[in-house]
Amino acid sequence: MAECCNKDNSDKKKINYYIPFVLIPLAVLIYIFLEQGVDFLVYGILNLDKNSHLTESIRFFLYDTPKVFILLTVIVFVVGIIRSYFSPEKTRKALEGKPLFAGNVMAAGLGILTPFCTCSAIPLFIGFVESGIPLGVTFSFLVAAPMINEVALVLLFGLFGWKTALLYATTGLLIAIVSGWVIGKLKVERFVEEWVYEIKAGDFQMAEGKVTFTDRIQAGHTAVVDIVSKVWIYIVAGIAVGAAVHGYVPENFMASIMGKEAWWSVPLAVLIGVPLYSNAAGIIPILQALLEKGAALGTALAFMMSVIGLSLPEMIILRKIIKLPLIVIFISVVATGIMIVGFLFNLIY
Amino acid sequence: MKIAILGMGCATCNKLEDTVRLAVKETGIDAQIDHVKDIKQIMAYGVMTTPALVIDGKVVAAGKLPTLADIKKIIGGK
Repeated sequence: MAECCNKDNSDKKKINYYIPFVLIPLAVLIYIFLEQGVDFLVYGILNLDKNSHLTESIRFFLYDTPKVFILLTVIVFVVGIIRSYFSPEKTRKALEGKPLFAGNVMAAGLGILTPFCTCSAIPLFIGFVESGIPLGVTFSFLVAAPMINEVALVLLFGLFGWKTALLYATTGLLIAIVSGWVIGKLKVERFVEEWVYEIKAGDFQMAEGKVTFTDRIQAGHTAVVDIVSKVWIYIVAGIAVGAAVHGYVPENFMASIMGKEAWWSVPLAVLIGVPLYSNAAGIIPILQALLEKGAALGTALAFMMSVIGLSLPEMIILRKIIKLPLIVIFISVVATGIMIVGFLFNLIY
Repeated sequence: MKIAILGMGCATCNKLEDTVRLAVKETGIDAQIDHVKDIKQIMAYGVMTTPALVIDGKVVAAGKLPTLADIKKIIGGK
């Protein structure tokens, strides 16, 4: 790792521009010709049997894996640059003194754009409480930030199409706004650990140097390396399982378990999804395959949202600063929102 | 020089401590390194993201992992 950082500045700049001017155009080119390329490889060069299950699975895997990785690199890079304009400190400043509903809308929106990691949930929560931001607004942020993330959106866009991705983002945003608003109305301040209110936070006094655009491109580069190195194994595993389902599981197999007629599948999906902790990368490719086999979209969405948006590790971290009743309220309100979305989509589609 | 790493035991926080120790060793600067894990003390610095790097009471980085070269520049420049 050390040698990467010892290079002088001129060398660093070359690496910076490598992604936007070489890698991204190349990726777009590959993306355009990917389907023909894979078909040529599978049917032409390897000369595999068109009707076999194995061929179907191999083709699915060979096509989806590069597609998802190309999308991931490009979008994470762009999001990394956008995020360099935001920080939790700036977000807090923007949310200070905002009334409940408008604050919820802003907090949910900023939750998507602000760089945030669950491991920083405690200092962030305390920082928000300190500057008088209502609890409900803080919760809108805490719901939106993990649920609507670039990895989930990339996978939904790549595997389901832009409509589903948009649907997920919009309904996720709505859930974040409304659950935060409901929690705000419930007057839950007494369920925050007392010592949180006693903390006297210091003034943040970091001297922020001038951030150049090269720095922002560097931020995009760092985001790509960071995220891709973390999620690639889940994506490959997820697509491999998805490919097996795609090739071998019979059509409409999932209809009885996860189909529209099985109304109980929505609450069940949420019940299983909440404690389950996985990132979007592993879960979405499998869901795509299940959807193909007759699972209902609403049920799949509900499962996805509860896995990504609510997680046990996050609750354990939050338990240090808020009491159990509020954890229960938080989970119940968000889970109810997710179930409503699930039922709604099963009804519409 | 007093260097403090603020973090509640996350992986990135531990990596920052390693990098800082390496930077101190390579530059040969006489420094006292502390890893502050208590949330009340962390909040006293006013940061909202961890890990954060504090040098002589001043926050110089928060919410990210500065590179070895960056850290050397910061501690060497004093």
